[in-house]
Amino acid sequence: MSTIEKNMSLTGDVPKNINALQKIGTAFGMLGLFIIVLAGFNVSMPHKEVWLTIALTALGGGIVLFAHGSYKNKLAGIKNDGVWFKSISSRGYLAWIAGIALTGFYIVLYFFAELLGLGIDGAANTGVIALFDPLSRVLSGNAASQWFVYGTLYTVAILAFGVKFIRKYKGNRYEQLRTLSVMFFQTAFAFIIPELMARLNSDDFSLPYNDLKNMWPLNYYAFDQWRIDQFINAETIGLVFLLFGILSIFVVSPILTYKYGKRWYCSWVCGCGGLAETAGDSFRQLSDKSMSAWKIERWVVHSVLVFSVVTTTAVIATYLGYDATKYWLTKDVFLIGVAVFLGVLFAVIWYFKKEELAKDARYGAIGYLVIILGLIATHYFSGNELFLFEAGKLRSFYGFLIGSVFSGVIGTGFYPIFGSRVWCRMGCPMAAILGMQQRLFSKFRITTNGGQCISCGNCSTYCEMGIDVRAYAQKGENIVRSSCVGCGVCSAVCPRGVLKLENASMNGRIDSNQILLGNDVDLMDLVNKK
Amino acid sequence: MEHIVIIGNGISGVTAARHIRKLSDKKITIISSETEHFFSRTALMYVYMGHMKYEHTKPYEDYFWKKNRIELKQGFVKTVVPNQKELHFSDGDKMHYDKLIIAAGSKPNKFGWPGQDLQGVQGLYSKQDLDSLEIFAPSNKVCRRAVIVGGGLIGIELAEMLCTRNIPVTFLVREEHFWNGVLPEGESKMLSRHIKNHHIDLRLGANLKEILSDENGKVRAVVIQETGEEIACDLVGLTAGVSPNIDFLKESGIDLGRGIKVNRFLETSVDAIYAIGDCAEQLEPIGNRRPIEAVWYTGRMMGETVAQTICENRLEYKPGHWFNSAKFFDIEYQTYGWVFANKKEYEEHFHWKHDDDTKCITVAFHKESQLFLGINTFGLRMKHEVFDRWLSEKRDINYVMGNLSEANFDPEFYKRFEGQVLRAFTNKISLEYKKQQ
Repeated sequence: MSTIEKNMSLTGDVPKNINALQKIGTAFGMLGLFIIVLAGFNVSMPHKEVWLTIALTALGGGIVLFAHGSYKNKLAGIKNDGVWFKSISSRGYLAWIAGIALTGFYIVLYFFAELLGLGIDGAANTGVIALFDPLSRVLSGNAASQWFVYGTLYTVAILAFGVKFIRKYKGNRYEQLRTLSVMFFQTAFAFIIPELMARLNSDDFSLPYNDLKNMWPLNYYAFDQWRIDQFINAETIGLVFLLFGILSIFVVSPILTYKYGKRWYCSWVCGCGGLAETAGDSFRQLSDKSMSAWKIERWVVHSVLVFSVVTTTAVIATYLGYDATKYWLTKDVFLIGVAVFLGVLFAVIWYFKKEELAKDARYGAIGYLVIILGLIATHYFSGNELFLFEAGKLRSFYGFLIGSVFSGVIGTGFYPIFGSRVWCRMGCPMAAILGMQQRLFSKFRITTNGGQCISCGNCSTYCEMGIDVRAYAQKGENIVRSSCVGCGVCSAVCPRGVLKLENASMNGRIDSNQILLGNDVDLMDLVNKK
Repeated sequence: MEHIVIIGNGISGVTAARHIRKLSDKKITIISSETEHFFSRTALMYVYMGHMKYEHTKPYEDYFWKKNRIELKQGFVKTVVPNQKELHFSDGDKMHYDKLIIAAGSKPNKFGWPGQDLQGVQGLYSKQDLDSLEIFAPSNKVCRRAVIVGGGLIGIELAEMLCTRNIPVTFLVREEHFWNGVLPEGESKMLSRHIKNHHIDLRLGANLKEILSDENGKVRAVVIQETGEEIACDLVGLTAGVSPNIDFLKESGIDLGRGIKVNRFLETSVDAIYAIGDCAEQLEPIGNRRPIEAVWYTGRMMGETVAQTICENRLEYKPGHWFNSAKFFDIEYQTYGWVFANKKEYEEHFHWKHDDDTKCITVAFHKESQLFLGINTFGLRMKHEVFDRWLSEKRDINYVMGNLSEANFDPEFYKRFEGQVLRAFTNKISLEYKKQQ
């Protein structure tokens, strides 16, 4: 995504006050973009490696230079001056242009890669993709694909805007460390390591492209047959990867989420989150904070999770056999296993946390469980037909609707209109799982500082997840919300030092008492009694 | 059904209304001449700075009021007629009440300066002030220089606001250092330096003599008392404190002083009329508190208290330990308990300042008993709950300094300074001990 919304005064002063460094930065960024666009028109570029280096350096360097111009003379502090006056960050004209350009880019990327110059059926790449061939050959030894182009630009965006973010939050070590972390995970785990791993592949050995941190169900193809086959065929190393993938879902993630909340993933590790926090930072204030948005969010994100569970179950079931003598994991064992697992999970939540679930959450949970178990039962009694639909079709539908349209086109393309975390908030099934755990079984919370809240609303305004933080803070109530990704910006922008992200005992974590201090104690007793 | 009418939709009035609704089914009406809905006054500055839009300053969505059956009336109350239990509005409208809560807030102080009512001379208190600022100081083309008169919390906020639009600011502060009628010298001096770092033309020990007009009745310049210097400007911000907004009550027969006189039950001299928030003046002093406290938090507490009284549980207003907070450009300030700028005769201070000149604390304690009295912190966040507890438990200064890390509320991974603070404190103690020897 990085390519489009470069350098349109995202920071610091009111737009007309762009200083010389910012202008030079803009020029560099546009130069980089221009080279890439020229390549798209198949302008002949001998020494592609030189041109690519110039393009990427100009692009990244331009952003960094712009940030330098914005912040070099500023003292440590909050840098949100003019955010709602600037066209780009307040849904103005520039925002619409950027949004449309990004959306267009995503549509081409996902559905018309040949327009970018992807060589079809073994033909050599042309255009933009050919421009990236030299870098791809250095890393993986192969020619580039549209995904390599995307991955490279994505990484450049996270790195360059990451530098900008770090400078913007000068003096805030939480923000800086978190940003270094997403920069590292994107560059190493999502980009360089998998590309280098591809070098191991030969005629008789092949591993699928494997971003270790990209877990199911965010990685919805994690358990597709071709991947599993490749892992199994790659023997030890493949099995280690497969096992790591499964362990990270069922062991690593629950432990980390218990200790630190879902932020360990969403704002420290995840690539989608990484882009939202860096390139998307200028759009965080655009998220919808209304009660109705919250209601929609809860239904949509959990529906996607159910969709994802059903699809994955269906896909895995298709390639499992019926004969237990050939392989212990048969279709029957698997399906019954899934049903039992979900049933037990549901029972545990119901038993321990029932009183913490709102009425609609209870109905939703029961409804979804019934649907999933019903589908499994239908399959069981009806024979071959899986889940009313054919699994392959279900899977491609999911890939199209959720994987491409929701997470890419809407999730990122619409950054300048809906804010930077629409996908994370409304669509990510991984966020739904982590969120459920964060709400019910985690030590993480945002604590409020006694009675110091002045209801100013900075926290709510800058919450990228659309949480009305102020509604809690002004009541002196801890913020324990499944959607909170722990970015820490509410705490940073609070002018009264009211909010703090903390991991502490689960006892009294969800405190709905009004504990505004400063009042006489008897009065507080009365208020709390209601 | 009993009709409770509240004049003023600020934090005090709205808190009262919310709590009355929680406790009862009474009919509630909130009157405001300022805005249709409740907004956070403290956030007005962020609207001008472009951090937020006006909508963001509303703590409750617009449907909240109807859902909670709180009626909103826009209008300006001209007079209160207690013996008829009636309000008369400026547009001729009338309204009956059974009980009346006055939460009309404050207005900026004007000390009779020549030219104080010119165009382009204003305070920063209401939504209307914000709108007026957009007229007189939308940019540095329209407003080539602004002069702010009065070195308090609102003055420095106004300075910060104007800075974000690159409007040059001259800041006239009567005191020798910024806000040192309230803050001890070390803190005050640090803030003065911080203000200058933001390129503010800070004039300490400077008073306003007069404001000069151009031919259209708009401000042209100000004259400084001490030097006679004339400073050309397009905006004058009067931020020398606020006083209760009670002019409309003069004929009502309610006992007035600087504010509306109330007893500890927030009752005025007239039956069924209460006053809360900025406009209330306590008849009996409460601890070290001033009789009028124009502070967000005290307004909220009074709102909670009066709601109990209205709902048949007559309750005394008993604010707990004093606390407050503010932000001076980039430096956050919190205070718990009492630290006086001019030390009381029993009071001893310990001051620590970080080398980077943006963080410091001052702790006040009792000379003889070593009792911890209060703390000011700058650039460091502290836990309200912990200091509130220590004050109630009457901890001594050594305990507080030794356990300071328990009170830390800075974000994770921030550098901690308790060790440095404690070392500085111990050094000071041992030095004084040696002196005594």
